Amino acid sequence: MINIQEVLETNRMIHELNLDVRTITMGISLLDCNASDAAGLCDKIYDKITTRARDLVRTGEEIEREFGIPIVNKRISLTPIALAGAGVCRTEDDYVEIARAIDRAAHTVGVNFIGGYSALVSKGMTHADECLIRSIPMALSETERVCSSVNVGSTKTGINMDAVRLIGEILLETAERTKEQDSIGCAKFVVFCNAPDDNPFMAGAFHGVTEADTVINVGVSGPGVVKKAIEAARGKDFETLCETIKKTAFKITRVGQLVAQEASKRLHVPFGIIDLSLAPTPARGDSVGEILEEIGLEYAGAPGTTAALALLNDQVKKGGVMASSYVGGLSGAFIPVSEDQRMIRAVEAGALSLEKLEAMTCVCSVGLDMIAVPGNTKASTLSGVIADEMALGMINQKTTAVRLIPVIGKDVGDTVEFGGLLGYAPVMPVNPFSCDAFISRKGRIPAPIHSFKN
Amino acid sequence: MKKIVITVVGKDRVGIIAKTCNYLAENDINILDISQTIVDGYFNMMMVAEWDPGEKSFPVMQGELERVGAEIGVVIQTQLADIFDKMHRI
Repeated sequence: MINIQEVLETNRMIHELNLDVRTITMGISLLDCNASDAAGLCDKIYDKITTRARDLVRTGEEIEREFGIPIVNKRISLTPIALAGAGVCRTEDDYVEIARAIDRAAHTVGVNFIGGYSALVSKGMTHADECLIRSIPMALSETERVCSSVNVGSTKTGINMDAVRLIGEILLETAERTKEQDSIGCAKFVVFCNAPDDNPFMAGAFHGVTEADTVINVGVSGPGVVKKAIEAARGKDFETLCETIKKTAFKITRVGQLVAQEASKRLHVPFGIIDLSLAPTPARGDSVGEILEEIGLEYAGAPGTTAALALLNDQVKKGGVMASSYVGGLSGAFIPVSEDQRMIRAVEAGALSLEKLEAMTCVCSVGLDMIAVPGNTKASTLSGVIADEMALGMINQKTTAVRLIPVIGKDVGDTVEFGGLLGYAPVMPVNPFSCDAFISRKGRIPAPIHSFKN
Repeated sequence: MKKIVITVVGKDRVGIIAKTCNYLAENDINILDISQTIVDGYFNMMMVAEWDPGEKSFPVMQGELERVGAEIGVVIQTQLADIFDKMHRI
């Protein structure tokens, strides 16, 4: 029988330490949406989303109420739109029409983000892929809830540098088109290497082509709970620290597993995976940076940060895999700057640089995330930063991602306010030296030697 | 039947258990276990009970229990028990 201490512990995690289920994301395949023109396709896509996800938000709220656990977001991920629209979309405008349709669908069913305005171009781009990528600035500036991603590399294929070059320009154009709101369009766009098919977290969620028609993926979180738990391990050895993190990750993930099973049962949709990530929010006490400090660093970014993060990430995974048989998505610690109070503080104190963040992404999920850079950064420099991050993913056989926001009209020393879950960020300096000649080379970087395992 | 956990938190006073149990009895909700403790000077009580989903809907029962709590100046929270089982039992 459950005892009172266990009940109090769980409820304390929820009420005082911000334990929550970060997202229930319904993946919906659009591969069966066919039409003879773009307008017809938009109708089909709208209808499929609003039918399949009709009860998603209501069901999420019911589960939230009955178990007493907040489910912060209810979201939808779609088959990459570049594929879904390839048959009928001839121009960038055709794709923007689809973006508007899925934005309308998101409003109708009440989800706060809808992901999958995406293209998978790790080896090459079709005409449709290129149209979609070129339409991203307009799509993100003219919709509210649509999120976009492009996979430009993988360990198996290498890195498509033509796409990397193009995306540098696309980022600046997206920033320019949304400059009235601190270039917020870029906060809804992620570039990936080794993108997972089943990631429930935005902005990079899409419903991969290997997935079933409809699926439920759940992202759990709880940095505050981990921070509180390891307070008890202050001054203790690494074994004690690791055990504490592992046990906590187990408890957090079990809640996610329960929510995922319930959602799957009530919506009659198969359960896909649990993404066991430590995802911070701008709220006090919901910070990965704070965990790093508790492990023993003055600020995130101090020497030792990469090792501390590696340890944290690995223990979260070890605890999590015991709690659920189907773990997937990104799974690990997120280190977004603008969404984490202690990371922001570390940047402001001069402890954390773009280069240190890059090193940290070698050992955690996912990548350079929610980092504001000066609006006058050159497109080729943005492409260079992206290429570096993609190379880390390709060589280390892991997912890496970049979500940079070149904020038009702002420079180092300024602060950018995105609001809500996206938080605020100090504009960070970017290495000023040129990589123009490197980025202007055509073609792709070949797959690494260790990709040939057959 | 579904197992639920009812937690009551507030300043200790006469009649907390009586009022809560009264409501449960009137609604045919069978109590399986009761325990209580004092944390930071606050009265904490937990009840494990059995609720018939065919009778009153969960949100209605939850709301009524909240109101019972408000009348006597304590916070009453009702949750399905699975969340505690899942988190604390392998």
